[in-house]
Amino acid sequence: MSIGPVQETSPTFVGMPAFPEAAREALANTQQRQNLHNATHTIRAKRAAVVAEVDDWEALRVAGADAKDEALHHLGDYLEQVEESLTANGAIVHWARDAAEANRIVIDIARAKEVDEVVKVKSMATQEIELNEALEEAGISAWETDLAELIVQLFGDRPSHILVPAIHRNRTEIRDVFLREMARFGRPAPDDLTDDPARLAEAARLHLREKFLRAKVAVSGANFAIADTGTLVVVESEGNGRMCLTLPETLISVVGIEKVLPTWDDLGPMLQLLPRSSTGERMNPYTTMWSGVHDGDGPQEVHVILLDNGRSHVLADSVGRQALRCIRCSACLNVCPVYERTGGHAYGSVYPGPIGAVLNPQLRGTSSEVDASLPYASSLCGACFDACPVRINIPELLVELRGTVAEQGGHRAESAAMKAAAWVLSDPRRLAVAQKGATTAGKLIGKRTITKVPGLGAWTDARNLPTPPKETFRQWWAREHEEGGQR
Amino acid sequence: MSPSTSAREEILARVRSATADITSEPRLIARSASGSLPSQLAERAISRAVGAEEGTLELFAENVADYRAAVVRVPAAEVGGAVVDALRSAGVQSVVTPTGLDQSWAEAVGAAFDVVTEAAATSAQQLDQVDAVVTGSAIGIATTGTIVLDHQPDQGRRELTLVPDTHVCVIRDDQVVHDVPEAVTRLRTAAGQQRPLTWVSGPSATSDIELQRVEGVHGPRTLVVIIAGTP
Repeated sequence: MSIGPVQETSPTFVGMPAFPEAAREALANTQQRQNLHNATHTIRAKRAAVVAEVDDWEALRVAGADAKDEALHHLGDYLEQVEESLTANGAIVHWARDAAEANRIVIDIARAKEVDEVVKVKSMATQEIELNEALEEAGISAWETDLAELIVQLFGDRPSHILVPAIHRNRTEIRDVFLREMARFGRPAPDDLTDDPARLAEAARLHLREKFLRAKVAVSGANFAIADTGTLVVVESEGNGRMCLTLPETLISVVGIEKVLPTWDDLGPMLQLLPRSSTGERMNPYTTMWSGVHDGDGPQEVHVILLDNGRSHVLADSVGRQALRCIRCSACLNVCPVYERTGGHAYGSVYPGPIGAVLNPQLRGTSSEVDASLPYASSLCGACFDACPVRINIPELLVELRGTVAEQGGHRAESAAMKAAAWVLSDPRRLAVAQKGATTAGKLIGKRTITKVPGLGAWTDARNLPTPPKETFRQWWAREHEEGGQR
Repeated sequence: MSPSTSAREEILARVRSATADITSEPRLIARSASGSLPSQLAERAISRAVGAEEGTLELFAENVADYRAAVVRVPAAEVGGAVVDALRSAGVQSVVTPTGLDQSWAEAVGAAFDVVTEAAATSAQQLDQVDAVVTGSAIGIATTGTIVLDHQPDQGRRELTLVPDTHVCVIRDDQVVHDVPEAVTRLRTAAGQQRPLTWVSGPSATSDIELQRVEGVHGPRTLVVIIAGTP
């Protein structure tokens, strides 16, 4: 028995530059920075208001973390249980070790149904495995039906936020892409379309309805999979989820193995934590719960694909496994000073922001440029930990992962500097010499700020060094005691 | 061994190996015949404010309205009339009614609108031609302004309350609970008898464009909630 392998980096993200490089490019995009600033600040305020309404939010967070930990610590047992309950409810359960295996299962089912299109509910798992691209290659069109995902798809863009993937686009850009692209894929946008969000939503409603009414196969993810009742839960806002989960004859749900919750009652804390943390609402407009096949109501053929794809690798790390508690609410993105300025694309994965900075290097390993740089994409301010509804200690994980990267020799200038510091600090004579050197430099530099040190580019780019003092503490001590005599 | 079976064995083996350091016992609970679990999660029940009971209905009405659903409170005997009024002000012509809808409401609706019965509406395409739906409900949650449908005969199949653009939903005041965990506990059914559930909090909405909330995307854009007094 071996610990699960890491996730293979999907084609879209292979060769992504390290975070600082991608971030520099993102920072130059003023429009995007403005959009992000507005969006993250709006949602922060909404979240804070609805969290304050709950008597004991901290107790809820503990309950949420506890439910997820119970599931993760005994995941083998709960996976067997959820398989058994789902099967008893008439669902067909599949297992997929990696993205390719999951995609193949979906394609085989779609082919067996002889369809050339599927409708999709927004799902992080299917983005992670790049299902749309795999379906496309198999000659099957995958229609994203969440408004933001539709916008991203029409732009030929990548999502930049877990909850609101088109957060980097503003209303005018969206109107323009609707007018330009909708006609290529179905019902065109009305000619007199304005950039009023209500009009844009109406255009999406009309464009997608014909797809909902004719679709034979739908693909979804799941927010929760309840082990003891064999129930899947999808939380959404627009009703596109309900359309996909209700109207087609066949439903395929791709569910990460960490989505399992032990019991039905765990929904109590979870359905309070998730909506308040993600959209800043007391409750999201629509939640659908289905337990396999329901006679005469909804899809009569229900498939569930349990997906590993690197998760068992994360689970094997006793500190790192807490990242699997994540319920994809995106509260950590919205409070992060780094995300707010760089946006989601710089993280080189479908999981951006603080959770992405800890999840990606664990799922995919730290051998690539981008994954080795992600643990440093943070000021360690801790806002993400405070906001996390399931208490994932993201700063702790970032520090752990920095250790991993440093050990593999990832950031060489930094580890060389630390080694030099150790050599100097271990001997008082060396320290005295070094300090004298520094004060000499201090006298030369005077009051100017040091913003760059040759050879330490990446480190000093982002940090100003304090100007060295003109004398060392030892020198000061000696001088004071000579001059002042016995004080 | 089929590829799927071997994937199953391999994933389970990886997962067990990854959690080999865990020494606690799982809290696995066998599903009892009745389906009602002993509430092993008592410590998770979130305490509610003292005196919340009296305010529950008011809070429910307030929170439902806050998400821009229309709220009407009437004595039980006047529900039929209130349903007709709500449909009139929504400007609808045709209404679909679930098989088990209260007889008196169904008659009131039948006298005023073109009615399609659940049995006659056999496809989503057909439902797309109908303006409105009238249903009962399973549970209301005050702290969140949520209505839960469990799609019993008084609520109909899931697509009935999804495709038409107006949903008039009747809830008895004794169906309203204070908070989410109570609703979750009440909605648990016996093993193998889980019903499909739809939780509705206000009309369909999106915040995908600049995080500005817009009511009305794919689900019913008009939601009217009629709270009926206990007879």
